[in-house]
Amino acid sequence: MSKRKAIVHVRLKPGVLDPQGGTIERALNKLGYHDFSDVRSGKFFEIVLADDSDAAMTKLDEICRDLLANPVIEDYTIETVAE
Amino acid sequence: MKFGVVVFPGSNCDYDAYLAIRDHLNEPVEYLWHDRSDLQGCDAIILPGGFSYGDYLRVGAIASHAPIMDAVKEHVAVGGLVVGICNGFQVLCEARLLPGALIRNQSLRFSCRDVYLRVETAATAFSSACQPGEVLKIPINHGEGNFTAAPEVLDELESTGRVVFRYCDRNGAVSEVTNPNGSRRSIAGIVNERGNVLGMMPHPERAVDPLLGGTDGMKLFESMRQAMNAVQGMAVS
Repeated sequence: MSKRKAIVHVRLKPGVLDPQGGTIERALNKLGYHDFSDVRSGKFFEIVLADDSDAAMTKLDEICRDLLANPVIEDYTIETVAE
Repeated sequence: MKFGVVVFPGSNCDYDAYLAIRDHLNEPVEYLWHDRSDLQGCDAIILPGGFSYGDYLRVGAIASHAPIMDAVKEHVAVGGLVVGICNGFQVLCEARLLPGALIRNQSLRFSCRDVYLRVETAATAFSSACQPGEVLKIPINHGEGNFTAAPEVLDELESTGRVVFRYCDRNGAVSEVTNPNGSRRSIAGIVNERGNVLGMMPHPERAVDPLLGGTDGMKLFESMRQAMNAVQGMAVS
């Protein structure tokens, strides 16, 4: 089976204050970009998997909950692509 | 009675905590390296401030998985006392030993100054040496001390008397102005359901000597000593 690459996005849950996103938004406004709003910052991880079997995907989900994201304040999404 | 101060790579208030116990509380204390898997017979554990593992990923996230944390969790499960100060509070939240999370200060600024804390309850092992409503002066030193949790979690903390310290002014009045980091409901310190784990952003170990600007921090360590003496007294009688 060919290797797969997981792409994990971690973002703050809606409603959790994102001062970093807010600062970026203010910077955009100062630069004259006024039609762009609600900037939210997040994190992005690439992880190579031996395969994308159900077992591997279950483990990856566990990794997201245990370490990559803090479910108290963050949501995550996983997608896989060919390595 | 022996205190243990956990040392993670990047801890930087470990020595302050160690000296507070050794020279000011005058009790035995030792360091516990993060890679160890036992607590060396320590009766109370301090997770100190600092920037464990460089704050990589999220503050406290990597430290919450260090080998020593399995032993800390076992200690908590049998009712042992644990206090997490600043980064230690962040570690306790990441380890799910306390609810909620600490996110970046609302101001985006690192804040290092004295603040006032109102003691919301003296009925804990960490505040029994205080009077309810008493105001303590203790410094903060953090960039990510903004306590957040779901509204229902905050309500439960309040209704069960688990908010121990709240940011306030010198007279004990709580307002937005006295909140240094944007914490929900001005919360500065909480305990777990059982009451044997406390997390707080301010640094009591830096307020243990008049030379440092005050000794209010000693009340926390005195409270812990009283709690442990009471338990030992019960075991003897």
